[in-house]
Amino acid sequence: MLTIHETREKLRRREVSSVEITQAYLDRSYRHNPRLNAYLTITGEQALAMARAADERIASGEDTPLLGVPIAIKDVFSTKDARTTAGSKILHNYTPKYDATAIGKLRALGAVFLGKLNCDEFAMGSSTENSAYGVTKNPWDEARVPGGSSGGSAAAVAAGLCCAALGTDTGGSIRQPASLCGVTGLKNSYGRISRYGLIAFASSLDTVGALTQDARDAAIMLAAMEGRDPRDSTSIDAQPVDVAALDSVSLKGLRVGVPREFFIDGMQPETEQAVRAGIDVLKQLGAEVREIQLPNTSLGLPVYYLIAPAEASANLARFDGVKYGLRVQGDDLIDTTMKTRGEGFGSEVKRRIMLGTYALSAGYYDAYYIRAQKVRTLIKRDFERAFEQVDVIAAPVSPTTAFKIGEKSDDPLQMYLADVFTLTVSLAGIAGISVPCGFDANRLPIGLQLIGPAFGEQRVLETACAFQQITDYHLQRPLLD
Amino acid sequence: MLTVAEVERIAQLGRLALSDDEKARYARQLSAVLDYAAELANIEVEGIPPTANVLAVHDVMRESDAVADSLDRRDVLANAPSTDGESFIVQATLDNGE
Repeated sequence: MLTIHETREKLRRREVSSVEITQAYLDRSYRHNPRLNAYLTITGEQALAMARAADERIASGEDTPLLGVPIAIKDVFSTKDARTTAGSKILHNYTPKYDATAIGKLRALGAVFLGKLNCDEFAMGSSTENSAYGVTKNPWDEARVPGGSSGGSAAAVAAGLCCAALGTDTGGSIRQPASLCGVTGLKNSYGRISRYGLIAFASSLDTVGALTQDARDAAIMLAAMEGRDPRDSTSIDAQPVDVAALDSVSLKGLRVGVPREFFIDGMQPETEQAVRAGIDVLKQLGAEVREIQLPNTSLGLPVYYLIAPAEASANLARFDGVKYGLRVQGDDLIDTTMKTRGEGFGSEVKRRIMLGTYALSAGYYDAYYIRAQKVRTLIKRDFERAFEQVDVIAAPVSPTTAFKIGEKSDDPLQMYLADVFTLTVSLAGIAGISVPCGFDANRLPIGLQLIGPAFGEQRVLETACAFQQITDYHLQRPLLD
Repeated sequence: MLTVAEVERIAQLGRLALSDDEKARYARQLSAVLDYAAELANIEVEGIPPTANVLAVHDVMRESDAVADSLDRRDVLANAPSTDGESFIVQATLDNGE
């Protein structure tokens, strides 16, 4: 499978056309998707029309980093005239009339959209088992989950059903599936990419990013989407990512911190071994590795599972059966609202609305919600202190490799633990990437998480690129037939 | 442990119609998560400000108030379950004649 930058090279040299590449991805997707369920919607005709337009732009001499490159989109991004469900029954018939800002930017650059990818309902979950449209299968072992919530995105990239995929990360939803499917996944700093047109889950945590075949592609996708957007008051202009600078990276003298709190009891031994071996690779590349402390790490889970549901309960109030989506008629307006939401939302979404409503309700607001926001400050300060001593933090992404479908679906707390190493980065609003760093005995991929300070994507990407220049885990692909 | 009555009260606030099965299950599962969250009660947070937003941006103003294109009415109504072509149709919230 070709990366974005390799695809662009072939298109630039006219060795292949965008229509040919797009058709090849569509053929492969039509063949494998009925089994994998990575795509919820394949927009074949629209994709070929976009590819033809891209070929014309290429023929006229135009050159952009994504012109003619076929990518796919997590189904939480509004895409003009393409069905957008957020993995929910309540939006089964919703077709946006406008593009999310990130989508509009990719469209303007001439990227080709192959379709919309499965995810946990409203991005709430760690396995895609919460999708109303069925679980996505992990291409490395179809009895296992791909992780989540961007599980369709991770599976599609791993299986070669698209060149790269858009995802979102609120508590680990890009990094964890990237780890479980053996692809690269960059969670960008909060505010770096506009959230306008993204179906909101938790507004102080939601971030946009990409799942890609390598770190250079992650940088290309970031460069295409970043920047302040007047339609998102929390978006800001950061120093733009420098893709060309990734060619000549040296890790000599890079200070890498390894947080002792990220190596916990109950962690799969092979995961720890592979992550520690990955850290040794950074050492070989000249990095200085030292142990650091992030003492409030274990509080990430309770803090996240108060703040994210609280914000979700407010955001999801808009689904009332009036303006879009499902309506289940009741005796009066309130009864209609309650029945619509009762039938339209799946069990995890209802669980989180309940939890968030409780945490925000009179008498509990200070004890739960405000207290969680104060502990969030402590978690953020942990990272700020750590980044006074080190440039990058290296850690595991998830405690285990991909688990079996159904293994954790009846136990919400067990499922939440799959994100224990990714939640604190989200709460602090900083940058993190998952890069493949090994396999367990069942040949299931393992990810290494590289974390940087807020808007520290450049350093994180440079570290990931250097790692991928001397390792080949990211080049290994599952056998599909 | 949350009671079913408490679950019903929360479900009413959150506008969710739940089955009896769901009420019993959520009473159990929400209690387990809240027990886990109780850990936070032991953390010293005296003098620590809450973080609602990690960015140092506050009170962002719109850049201009100029008239610009927006979605037209047809597009806004296109996904609605019930419209008359001009408005969203919902059930009456007031009795007729009052």
